[in-house]
Amino acid sequence: MLSEKEIYSALAARHGEDIQKKFAAASVAVCGLGGLGSNIAVSLARAGIGNIHLIDFDRVDISNINRQQYYISQIGEYKADALLNNLKNISPYTVITSQRIKLSEENINILAPYDIICEAFDKADMKAMLVNAVLENFPDKYLISGNGMAGFGSSNDIVTRRLSKKFYICGDGKSDISDGIGLVSARVAVCAAHQANMILRIIAGFYDA
Amino acid sequence: MVKINGNQTDYDGKNISEILSILNYDPKRVAVEINEEILPKAKYEDTVIKDGDTVEIVSFVGGG
Repeated sequence: MLSEKEIYSALAARHGEDIQKKFAAASVAVCGLGGLGSNIAVSLARAGIGNIHLIDFDRVDISNINRQQYYISQIGEYKADALLNNLKNISPYTVITSQRIKLSEENINILAPYDIICEAFDKADMKAMLVNAVLENFPDKYLISGNGMAGFGSSNDIVTRRLSKKFYICGDGKSDISDGIGLVSARVAVCAAHQANMILRIIAGFYDA
Repeated sequence: MVKINGNQTDYDGKNISEILSILNYDPKRVAVEINEEILPKAKYEDTVIKDGDTVEIVSFVGGG
């Protein structure tokens, strides 16, 4: 087993000591652990983010394996448990916590301890609920949302936009699963990477989209 | 004039509920910012847009 120091040094050698210190001190809540959230969380864990909180009420299903960071052997497990275990294998010293819970306006205070909130739900009305609730209740937190990444469209249509000082949206803004187009591994991962990169940029001190 | 999602419009004097309806947005799937401040959903009916305001309507689609 590698020591915490060995892993930290390897990361600091790649990201720079100053930035790695910020990564280690940061806390991020990932809301929704599907194609977006599971990929985002993996990127955050690999970067050495110090504290990651995972939230999802659902279990791993065979229909998730095409794009989400789970294994066949994990089908049937709660995503909150399965992803926590997978992340522990990537970053054993990150403080990773998880909750099997459905977020709503009533329990939004769950997010209070975290600096950065990542919206990674799949249903449009849930996305809107979370974004509104976070912006209304926690105007001082950074919020990064994903919107529009279905189908086989160009990767280049997926962009990061900064809507206001602490609110960013990644995606093409259009492609909707309700139009009968599916979600595909690579394009969902492009959007997830936009979200994860924006989170890492904010922590590092780069605030432009 | 009012800027909505980057486009100049003459919707000043209308409230947010009216604007969402005119532009065919589903109020359950949007977040609305006026001059970079979130507008709580409970205020859509009572918030009238003034000349010079900048409105961003984010309309969410499914998938994640």
